[in-house]
Amino acid sequence: MSVLVIAEHDNSELKSATLNAITAAKELGDVTVLVAGSGSQSVADAAAQVAGVSAVLHSDAAHYENGIAEELTPLVVSTAASFDYVITAATTFGKNLLPRVSALLDVEQISDVTSVVSADTFVHPVYAGNALETVQSSDAKKVLTIRTTAFEAAETTGGSASVEALAASDAVGTVTLVGRELTVSNRPELGAAEVIVSGGRGVGSAENFAIIEALADKLGAAVGASRAAVDAGYVPNDYQVGQTGKVVAPSLYIAIGISGAIQHLAGMKDSKVIVAINKDEDAPIFQVADYGLVADLFDVVPEMTGAL
Amino acid sequence: MKILVPVKRVVDAYVSVRVKSDNTGVDTDNVKKSLNPFCEIAVEEAMRLKEKGLADEVIVVTIGDKDCETTLRSALAFGVDRAIHIKTDNVLRPLAIAKALAKLVEKEAPQLVITGKQSIDADNNQTGQMLAALLNWPQATFASEVTVEADKVTVTREIDGGLETLTMALPAVVTSDLRLNEPRYPKLPNIMKAKKKPIEAIEIADLGVSTASTLAVQRVDEPAERQAGIKVADINELIEKLKNEARVI
Ligand SMILES: Cc1cc2nc3c(=O)[nH]c(=O)nc-3n(C[C@H](O)[C@H](O)[C@H](O)COP(=O)(O)OP(=O)(O)OC[C@H]3O[C@@H](n4cnc5c(N)ncnc54)[C@H](O)[C@@H]3O)c2cc1C
Ligand SMILES: Nc1ncnc2c1ncn2[C@@H]1O[C@H](COP(=O)(O)O)[C@@H](O)[C@H]1O
Repeated sequence: MSVLVIAEHDNSELKSATLNAITAAKELGDVTVLVAGSGSQSVADAAAQVAGVSAVLHSDAAHYENGIAEELTPLVVSTAASFDYVITAATTFGKNLLPRVSALLDVEQISDVTSVVSADTFVHPVYAGNALETVQSSDAKKVLTIRTTAFEAAETTGGSASVEALAASDAVGTVTLVGRELTVSNRPELGAAEVIVSGGRGVGSAENFAIIEALADKLGAAVGASRAAVDAGYVPNDYQVGQTGKVVAPSLYIAIGISGAIQHLAGMKDSKVIVAINKDEDAPIFQVADYGLVADLFDVVPEMTGAL
Repeated sequence: MKILVPVKRVVDAYVSVRVKSDNTGVDTDNVKKSLNPFCEIAVEEAMRLKEKGLADEVIVVTIGDKDCETTLRSALAFGVDRAIHIKTDNVLRPLAIAKALAKLVEKEAPQLVITGKQSIDADNNQTGQMLAALLNWPQATFASEVTVEADKVTVTREIDGGLETLTMALPAVVTSDLRLNEPRYPKLPNIMKAKKKPIEAIEIADLGVSTASTLAVQRVDEPAERQAGIKVADINELIEKLKNEARVI
């Protein structure tokens, strides 16, 4: 079986989520990575080094610079012709692009695959992770997005795939990028961090979030948040962990001033160790926490930062 | 300009669902159903565009069984002009939904389709993108801001690293994210009016769309339950446990 994995990148580096997708792909067959970008040779080279990748197809053209779905779709659809599977990580990039490809291939996409049961059968969560659906696909070609937390990242070294140039599809030109406002941070990326410190409505304000950030910096952690904290403007949108935000599964997740609504739990309950700090001893977050501390966060979080 | 808003009836966001004991699915009988929250945001956005004079007509459409009429009525209560019910007793997956919607788009010729980014039951996050593909229209998913000018739409999108703004010619498909707007509480007179508005019914077969799926659900399981752990007395104990017991710091 042959698997086409669509690489996610910024024209200089391969995103770590693609490494998780490659691991899932390896369970299905021989892995080819498609790198479509502009001035993206370093990404193609990096993809060729990833352990277990057999081939890299590299298509470089100005209209692939910004990862616009309308531009990438014709290339992915035509390349997919010779593959049994088309895969991306279930990131905003993959979620945006892949259904477009799937519809044109006339295939029913399976979103957020967490486990490969067999060549045609996959498990994926539904209802905010409260149920796991096992589905069998009879489509000749299978189109899947991969939940990154369910698969280890493939090693970035050890591979020696060939890089083959692929002719670009024609530019579509219907969509123009006006600009991006990316969150700049020296902290690890939320999706790939080993430790995450998250704050909720209980933190109270954007200024108070400094308490959360100080602890995160002490632990070398990424900062996350509940929807309530994001909606209230304490932190940027891309910090949101949950059913409709990011799904994370670090070794350690510290939830501070977060009640533990099902939509939040959906994004973090597969973390290895969960710590909850909340002043309400009945907060549902304690039902999933390995270690719970009933306390006022304004007292104990600075204390913890100081003690570490 | 006409705006079409596809809406879905789902198990309410605050219901905790149970997997059936025979593992065939999730028990959805006798639990509260609501308009999918992302669809509510989509309807609100369409109404705001109309109220700003940027759209003349807002149409909502749902695909599903007879109970979905209630969902259309809740959408109508936002002040929506018309509602269409594409009828089927089968539960369709996104590709079939998108195909049916594409047929309706041919008929109604809207300039803008606003869907939710995701249905909170199936969590697919596919339909809007598939519809855009089938129509060969541009798409702007996960929208947190939408600006319509003459024949184009500019959309700020919530992406993993932050925000991105795209501009595209109409017609286009936009999918709503949580922070696009805060939906209104429909006023009583509008709720009353919504009860009386006619709903146009279309049999899915008349659109020539097959309801068959290539995906067969083999089983549905409850996820492994996480056991609640222990309560620690203070920060010192917490740090000690994290270092020596869990070994994560
Ligand atoms: C369609 C939909 C999608 C959603 N998606 C998401 C999602 O992706 N992610 C998400 O997180 N939510 C999501 N939600 C929202 C979710 O339902 C909850 O509303 C949200 O998670 C609550 O955030 P919170 O726990 O910070 O706030 P609250 O529920 O208000 O909890 C605040 C907590 O802080 C504690 N607290 C207050 N002060 C202190 C103090 N001084 N010290 C210690 N503790 C304190 C309180 O005891 C309380 O438990 C979604 C909702 C819907 C309807
Ligand atoms: N049965 C349906 N009828 C009408 N619109 C739907 C239906 N299912 C999904 N949609 C639309 O597609 C969006 C995304 O759904 P999904 O792809 O299932 O996550 C929803 O928010 C709706 O706007």
